[in-house]
Amino acid sequence: MTTDRATAAVVADAIEKRFGPTPALAGVSFTIHAGELFGFVGPDGGGKTTLFRILATVMLPTAGRAQVLGRDVVRDLWALRPRIGYMAGRFSLYPDLSVLENLRFFASVFGTTIDQARADIAPIYSQLEAFNDRRAGALSGGMKQKLALCCALVHRPEILFLDEPTTGVDAVSRREFWDLLGNLKKAGMTIVVSTPYMDEATRCDRVALIQRGRLLGTDTPQQIAASFDRPLLAVHAADRYRALLALRESPRTHSVYPFGESLHYADSSVDATADSVAADVTTYLVSRGFDGVRVEPATPTVEDAFIARMGAPEGDVARSDQAHS
Amino acid sequence: MTTIPAIDVHDLTRRFGSFTAVDRVTFDVRSGEVFGFLGANGAGKTTAIRMLTGLLAPSSGRASVAGHDVFHESERIKRTIGYMSQRFSLYEDLTVRENIRLYGGIYDLSDGDIRDRTDRMLARLGLEHAADAFVRAIPLGWRQKLAFSVALLHRPRVVFLDEPTSGVDPITRRQFWELIYEAAASGTTVLVTTHYMDEAEYCDRISIMVAGRIAALGTPAELKRDFAVPSIDDLFVRLAREAQ
Repeated sequence: MTTDRATAAVVADAIEKRFGPTPALAGVSFTIHAGELFGFVGPDGGGKTTLFRILATVMLPTAGRAQVLGRDVVRDLWALRPRIGYMAGRFSLYPDLSVLENLRFFASVFGTTIDQARADIAPIYSQLEAFNDRRAGALSGGMKQKLALCCALVHRPEILFLDEPTTGVDAVSRREFWDLLGNLKKAGMTIVVSTPYMDEATRCDRVALIQRGRLLGTDTPQQIAASFDRPLLAVHAADRYRALLALRESPRTHSVYPFGESLHYADSSVDATADSVAADVTTYLVSRGFDGVRVEPATPTVEDAFIARMGAPEGDVARSDQAHS
Repeated sequence: MTTIPAIDVHDLTRRFGSFTAVDRVTFDVRSGEVFGFLGANGAGKTTAIRMLTGLLAPSSGRASVAGHDVFHESERIKRTIGYMSQRFSLYEDLTVRENIRLYGGIYDLSDGDIRDRTDRMLARLGLEHAADAFVRAIPLGWRQKLAFSVALLHRPRVVFLDEPTSGVDPITRRQFWELIYEAAASGTTVLVTTHYMDEAEYCDRISIMVAGRIAALGTPAELKRDFAVPSIDDLFVRLAREAQ
């Protein structure tokens, strides 16, 4: 995809943010096109929330620059803010206000009314209207998120920043929420979203992997999945946990981890064919007395590529002084 | 292995006024089994778990957990089980060591036991250097692993995990599941709820609750075969939509 900075929805140039000795963002650069559905995927504490706050003009970067809709997020913040819709990960609603009161409140903050926004929010609000008088705190997880999205849209922004909008929401509500995002995108909205769910990453036009304040790559989900650079096998065995431990002990194992109902296994040899590796893994497990062994080639997913690129997990406790999620 | 189920539930029902939150639910969980307890928000999972953990009296039916009856022995159940939820588990304003000490005290462990188990737990989690850090200051993934270990501190026969992995990345989620497998392999029975449908496939068996009732129960492979769906995610969405 070519990048035209003049018409880009977001241009980030080496954004840095420090809260203490460790940077929460260590020089992050990327471009998001107008009309794009762009996803940030990464571990908790990786820098997603800090980045969203800076782009939504509610936090200042320590260094670097960012433009949203052609405006600088620091210098032009007052011109920019009415054009941005931001849904924070937590606390974006008043739990003691009703559905209608929340919506009215967010409309009034931006000097508008629900009526003026009605056409824009109708597809979402129609699902909430029946609960107008219910306290936001008493809504189900999925409904809360729909209300928060409605509140982020009520001033008719041109771009949406949604920070983990579906965390803790059940699978059905998540699908509905993403269907709503799909419709907003079709209507021309630029949407920037972060998520810990890999199935949601797959629904984005492009995805950036973010870890320890750095981008590990930006690409279409298809390209990210295709970047997995060695044969991948799905391993089935009757005692999956012990099979996992046994494969960890094998010197040939590059990586092995639970994946759905199987284990995903990648061999340390990059050149071997999937079939020959499958035969070897089968022999290895059978010789160790495992029952029900079945090994077959698997197609790498975004999740496999993510695990491969992330390598060592988060967990460096020294990062503690850094921003909370 | 014993043949007495670790969790044995028969026609368990809970009504709130005219609303039946849990409606004649029947299932059992074997000792050492990892049982996925699934359902959409509002399907009745939380009410069922509150009954099984001795926090809420059932309206009718019967159930036992680790051999204790939920109607008459709720206090004993509370001492015999472990519980962890993503929403609440550890005190953020206490250090790692203070949290372990607190829970050890709640479960009546001796000072010596608490010291031993604290050292062993911190070593196994690789958290020795963070023993005196405030819980709020350690990354969410570590907090969850610590919370799980604390829930197992008094060596419960059954542990309830309510959305233990909400919001963490795929690698941390898998590390968490390895802790679950390890606990199950040593005989602990695990009942777990999750919104990640791939995690449903990690369970030995799962149930899917819809509108207060169990709409599907079996191994992930059985359910996919019987309902002719490619994944548990598809089954979950189908059952939830049918109910709407």
